[in-house]
Amino acid sequence: MENAKDILFCTGGGCTAKLGAGALSRVLERLPKGRDENLLVGFDSHDDAAVYRVNDEQAIVSTLDFFPPMVEDPYLFGQIAAANALSDIYAMGGRPLTALNIVCFPEGLDLNILGRILQGGNDKVLEAGALLAGGHSIVDEGVKYGLSVTGMVHPERIYRNNGCRAGDALILTKRLGVGIICAANRVHAASEEAMKEATESMRALNRYAAEILWRYPVHACSDVTGFGFLVHLSEMLDDRFGAEIDSASVPRFDVCGAYAEEFYLTAAGQKNRNFIGAQVRFEVDDFATEELLFDPQTSGGLLASVPAEAAQEIVAGMRAQGIPAAVVGRVVERREPMIVVG
Amino acid sequence: MKHMVDARGLACPLPVVNTKEEMGRMRSGEVVEVLVDNEIAVQNLAKFARVRHHEIESSRSGEREYRVRITKGAQEGGAQTDEEPMQPESCAPEERSVVVLSSSLMGQGEEALGRTLMKAFVFALTKQERMPETVLLYNSGAFLSCEGSDSVEDLRALEAGGTQILTCGTCLNYYGLTEKLAVGGVTNMYDIVEKMERASKIIRP
Repeated sequence: MENAKDILFCTGGGCTAKLGAGALSRVLERLPKGRDENLLVGFDSHDDAAVYRVNDEQAIVSTLDFFPPMVEDPYLFGQIAAANALSDIYAMGGRPLTALNIVCFPEGLDLNILGRILQGGNDKVLEAGALLAGGHSIVDEGVKYGLSVTGMVHPERIYRNNGCRAGDALILTKRLGVGIICAANRVHAASEEAMKEATESMRALNRYAAEILWRYPVHACSDVTGFGFLVHLSEMLDDRFGAEIDSASVPRFDVCGAYAEEFYLTAAGQKNRNFIGAQVRFEVDDFATEELLFDPQTSGGLLASVPAEAAQEIVAGMRAQGIPAAVVGRVVERREPMIVVG
Repeated sequence: MKHMVDARGLACPLPVVNTKEEMGRMRSGEVVEVLVDNEIAVQNLAKFARVRHHEIESSRSGEREYRVRITKGAQEGGAQTDEEPMQPESCAPEERSVVVLSSSLMGQGEEALGRTLMKAFVFALTKQERMPETVLLYNSGAFLSCEGSDSVEDLRALEAGGTQILTCGTCLNYYGLTEKLAVGGVTNMYDIVEKMERASKIIRP
């Protein structure tokens, strides 16, 4: 099982490779910040991308995302990395226009592998209605791939990360648990079926969910990635609100319960627990559910905070297109602990 | 027979998965010694031990080396089971003394003296016949359970003796210590209140 391909392709990839949220914010807080009133979204919030106003009608959304592989098939990895990078544009309410490849690739590794990765990435960029316009490649010890994506959004229709209001319904558009499944896969314990389902989910563009959201008032939106559902939710609540999560309605891969109880758990999931666990109260007594909500997602779904009265219609519209969306909870006034999982 | 798992250099979930596999070959009461190279792996092993009712103790044995000793509990057979994890609360002893460390110093007066007294207090705790059920650390008490504290080894000794060491997560965040926690788990205000309410005795130095 330890052939060269395994070593290169399975050392804990995807968004589990992200730096811990705590470590990162300590570093970022110390950087001096430039000022420009046209920078509508920058470091100040925990948003998914930067937004710069060009004029009253148009703002540029820019983001980049890249990581090591979490699946062995290079084409699928390319698709997943691209879907993940494009997702940040959708999370801001924007449409992607151009994308640039970011590539790290070991000297001497079969170039056909790189070809397949880039092909997968390009296919997703085209599916998103955007164009691949260049890129940058460097030699590195391990494979890493992703995109820098530029998109456009109307300055008044930006989905900020932290705009939610008490009473909002929270919608999640993809199932949770791909981190656990990939962890199981790394010790060759994931079923082929589970891995296939997780892969399908990771490579699915958030475009279709976003296009439905565009028709409704959206107060806040983020995509769920390496920090897991609960850390992303807490960033959205921004110390100003609380949330009640109905764990039974959270979309998930069913097999994750069994995998979590076999302890196929990531380091990133534990870091997420350390970071936000103290602000979460679990009223359900289920270890697997806890792990699922801390589980780092690669190319996860959108988490949207919308007016409660629109929520069921939005979810119905998404389900009609095969998107496994659900209302997973609601935003409430600020309280201690910030998040209650029932 | 000595059971060893060297999981240094291995990424999660391998340290836990390899330990679980080794423990499948052990009888209850037997001990496995696990070597890992990072604190997060220790925490994942602790989570595993808690859910599966094994006893665990850990110590840092080098710059990037942690020694974790897990004693196999009675409630799990050799074969792996798919049962629901049981709750650790159900096996709490009758006598519930809770030690509250709300400051890194003991008493009021000179800071250096307060620090020395606190170190001595935690050390003396480890020498008592009856260990407290829980040690709660909050506000600047949170520094005591983090890297750089003189009391980490003593707190680990308490933990090894079955005492639950819990540090307030809000306080860790506030002091920028989240990644520095060196012993025990993280807790929240609800848990702190509940632990104090249920305590038969609260000790505050």
